[in-house]
Amino acid sequence: MSNATATAKKKGGFLAGTANYLDERVGVAGILKEFGRKVFPDHWSFMLGEVALYSFLVLLLSGTFLTFWFQPSMVPVIYEGSYAPLKGAEMSIAYASTLDISFEIRGGLLFRQVHHWSALLFVAAAGLHMLRVFFTGAFRKPREINWVVGFVLFVLGMAGGFTGYSLPDDLLSGNGLRIIDGMIKGIPYIGAYTSSLLFGGEFPGEAIVARLYSLHIMIVPALILVFVAVHLFMVVIHKHTHYAGPGKRDDNVVGYPLMPVYVAKAGGFFFIVFGVIMLIAATFTINPIWAYGAYDPSPVSAGTQPDWYIGWLDGALRLAPTHLEFMIGDFTLSMNILIPLVVGVLFLVVVALYPFIEAWVTGDKREHHVLDRPRNTPVRTGIGAAGVTFYAVLWAGASTDLIATHFQVSLNHVLTSMQILLIVGPIAAYMITKRACLSLMRKDREIALHGRETGRVVRLPHGEYIEVHEPMDEYELYKLVGYKAYQPMLARPNAKGVITLRSRIRAVLSRFYFEDRVVPPTKGEIEAAHDHGKELH
Amino acid sequence: MTKQKMNNARRSPFAAILVILAGLLISGGGYAVASSAVTSSTTAQTSQEAIDAGKKLFLANCASCHGSNAEGGNMGPSLIGVGAASVDFQVGTGRMPGQASGPQMMKKPVQFTEEQTAQLAAYVASLAPGPSIPSEEWVGEAALAKGDTTHGGELFRINCAMCHNAVGAGGALTEGKFAPRLEGVEAKHIYEAMVIGPQNMPVFNDANLTPEDKRDIISYLKYVEANPSAGGEELGGLGPVAEGLFVWIFVLGGIVVITIWLGAKSN
Repeated sequence: MSNATATAKKKGGFLAGTANYLDERVGVAGILKEFGRKVFPDHWSFMLGEVALYSFLVLLLSGTFLTFWFQPSMVPVIYEGSYAPLKGAEMSIAYASTLDISFEIRGGLLFRQVHHWSALLFVAAAGLHMLRVFFTGAFRKPREINWVVGFVLFVLGMAGGFTGYSLPDDLLSGNGLRIIDGMIKGIPYIGAYTSSLLFGGEFPGEAIVARLYSLHIMIVPALILVFVAVHLFMVVIHKHTHYAGPGKRDDNVVGYPLMPVYVAKAGGFFFIVFGVIMLIAATFTINPIWAYGAYDPSPVSAGTQPDWYIGWLDGALRLAPTHLEFMIGDFTLSMNILIPLVVGVLFLVVVALYPFIEAWVTGDKREHHVLDRPRNTPVRTGIGAAGVTFYAVLWAGASTDLIATHFQVSLNHVLTSMQILLIVGPIAAYMITKRACLSLMRKDREIALHGRETGRVVRLPHGEYIEVHEPMDEYELYKLVGYKAYQPMLARPNAKGVITLRSRIRAVLSRFYFEDRVVPPTKGEIEAAHDHGKELH
Repeated sequence: MTKQKMNNARRSPFAAILVILAGLLISGGGYAVASSAVTSSTTAQTSQEAIDAGKKLFLANCASCHGSNAEGGNMGPSLIGVGAASVDFQVGTGRMPGQASGPQMMKKPVQFTEEQTAQLAAYVASLAPGPSIPSEEWVGEAALAKGDTTHGGELFRINCAMCHNAVGAGGALTEGKFAPRLEGVEAKHIYEAMVIGPQNMPVFNDANLTPEDKRDIISYLKYVEANPSAGGEELGGLGPVAEGLFVWIFVLGGIVVITIWLGAKSN
């Protein structure tokens, strides 16, 4: 044994020696061999989750830097730093130390901006990744649980962002906290107690920044790390999905191995993402806390908005109809807070459970590793478009005031239009998207059968004019016909011969999903069409 | 004079009128004295010549809405007693003469020369006493350099930020009205706006914000204007909405373009 090692050392030099040393002690070779041969398919949309992961790494690095100087204390001090319009002002130590990070500490402002921009990017990339997974049906069996894990990560991203946004104790973040305080107090019965517990007494108190700090630098990032680990572990277990193509089936993965192609690609991509964040952080201001001033509960600034990922909840608050509150005994039920809360939570629950809902409706128990083209599942794509529209209207609702001033329209009209749009928009988006998908499928079918129009018109010897159609090659054809058109299920009696309500509901939903469909052309149809085409030429 | 006679006099129909008249005289006179005492110096032309020229300009450009004696009408309010500050603000920022009726008179290119504006101001000021144009003592560069920006910033956040935004980026009011952006507004116009409370803005009189306070606020605004953000390009000072749009469109958008580039190579 030792002889063998000695010869290996001689042969391979230092690197091989080290590798061998590690292998003999922790079995690295086995891990690397197994892990390095993981196959990863190539498509741009598979890199969005990576962007989120890399921004999270940047968040950890820049956040650690910031913890060296940030002091989460609400004890008042007199500011004596170098920002002139605040010199001599009274403020909390938290705000003063954030100002010091921005103006006194070398690289502090850059890292604050790196941290904040990468936070925005983290949640945005995670959101876009979720949309990709949704619209391609990547959440189907066996990946339903991983969808839920990803969803939890998205919510944790929001939580991490919000707790961080509130730390500098500036006017803007204080206003944001005040809104959260108001929302908590709006929950019947437990609201006031919860608020008192959270803030350690009446808002704003002297405890909240330190508490949010613990959540922001320990609990939330630790949870995110755990869920990221689970998320990636499941990706390894399930293997990656791929788009329809020659040789790509539900029981294989077609792509390049992790070692060396993807390690190099992903490593390089990390530095690209890091570079983009650094570039933006070095050139664009984000959250200029010095301009907002120290938090003081009395002033509320116009144009107070949360960071984008909380915007949809702020929008829900703004769009909620007013004057609906009523009293039961001594309790005021403030509907303009409760409606947004309930709608927001319901929306999130539907998003989290969608894979299970769809699986139940379709009754599909098979594993899926080939992704759907969004157009080939018109109803799911329509539902997704409706969800996106709903979210987008709520999101835009958070900037009603800016829309009003920038487009010179009445704030009241903007609000009313958005309230209408919140209901009508998703329905319209569903119908338009579904119709568009069906039309695209018909077009695909047409192209698969008769080839692509070339725009070349020729005259045949007997005088007839035809346009030459170019037949598709095998690879492209796969994309067009590689899907299944399911038929709606009928409500069938069970073993006892009874048609249960459950199966009736399922039948109705199944019809909703699969009633309108375009069946892909069969091989026979395509060949027949080609022969027909050849006759003509 | 017996007690009976006194009572009779008190019940006379003229008594009420006399009392109201006396009250009006005292309060109006007192106000005039007070406001002329507070806004002491009048730097603008006040010669009869200027007033006459101002009246001509007024009749040609303003009278169709404000009435030929500035008494007001259906279209425009009375200008008697609004003072030179009001004219200097409204005409000097181009809001007057108004272009079209709407929720709010819009800022537009100034229609009159400085001399003409001063003549109009002199004419309106001659109608009745009112706030005058602030002197260099409060809005001159030397005065603003002396201002306490910390105090000004604090006052700004307490009194102004709820409409004009914490960084003066402006904000929406109801029914199409809005508080304008403060960047690039002349110091004297900011001062005048605080004194006269144009359109939807409340009046901040000298008992509410002393001239020193007003100067400090303007000093703060001018400091912020002269010292752009240390963090780089400001994205309009609009805060998280602009930042969110920027991250989605440019940062994530740019990265998606890069992913497409990376993915396209092997396809």
